[in-house]
Amino acid sequence: MLLALGTAALVLVVLVWELCRSRVLAGVARIRGQLLHARSREAAQVNYDPGRERRAEQRARELLRSCVEPSDWEMYRDLGFLRVWGGLGEREHAAGASYGYLIYPHRPIVAYLPQTGALLNEYCVAFPDHSRPYGSARLPDADDVLAKWMALKADERRLIDEANMHLPGRQVDPERVRRDLLRLSRWEREPRGVLARGVERATAGERAPGIVPAA
Amino acid sequence: MTSHAVCHNPVTMKLLRMKPGHGEILLAEGDVAVAEQERELIEAFRRELDAGMWAAVPTERRDGRRQAELVKSFSDVPRDAERVIFFPRAAGGCGQAER
Repeated sequence: MLLALGTAALVLVVLVWELCRSRVLAGVARIRGQLLHARSREAAQVNYDPGRERRAEQRARELLRSCVEPSDWEMYRDLGFLRVWGGLGEREHAAGASYGYLIYPHRPIVAYLPQTGALLNEYCVAFPDHSRPYGSARLPDADDVLAKWMALKADERRLIDEANMHLPGRQVDPERVRRDLLRLSRWEREPRGVLARGVERATAGERAPGIVPAA
Repeated sequence: MTSHAVCHNPVTMKLLRMKPGHGEILLAEGDVAVAEQERELIEAFRRELDAGMWAAVPTERRDGRRQAELVKSFSDVPRDAERVIFFPRAAGGCGQAER
């Protein structure tokens, strides 16, 4: 009698477990996920140090400054983005490049035509550091710009192949890009820009193409 | 056109790595002409590449233009390079739209 009752109880427990198993496991996983999320949020709040972020950005800006041309550094410092001439077109580099790129920190690279200001594509590319040393995979802004600059200069095709290509306007507001092209055009006409370009031309013996932004 | 490393001291080479929340960190520094130091540089270089980093050498052409070269092995690094900069490899993708 006892044996039969025990067996029946055991079977009942197994049946109930089989019926509820998926819900129980899902609930446990959900609770575990919530706990992990709460812990990571706490850790991020504890670890976030605005002073450290500023120091990191300062270091990154110094590194950028030491790697790019002085006029490019001034462009980034004054305008917040870098322009790089495309090297895959019919005409390469500053001697009348077919197209150019605008490099924004932690934004897609925007390709455009310097002759008309028309926007060509957005290239979404990131450099995530999965080791997340301070809870974030994002490089400082200037490091992100430098990484894009180095990758474009060294192997444009490889970077473009790695990137997700989209039509203009998906991530970066086209109006903003047009304003930035206007700002860049004005900036290049300023005495500092003219002086820098003059030095650049004198050393390079090349002529940078003018930018005629879209109306 | 030929290029050479952006370099003031042609002997000492620094391996730098971009790091979130910190800026660049110095991984190793040494004289490539000294065998032991070169070995340390090579080991540090391999560690970073094994970790999935890209390595770039800032260079300057003879006309003064700044460039960069991506290198895949230590033997590709110019002997007079002042710095090799490691950064996470590129991955397609973007955050939220700004609009």
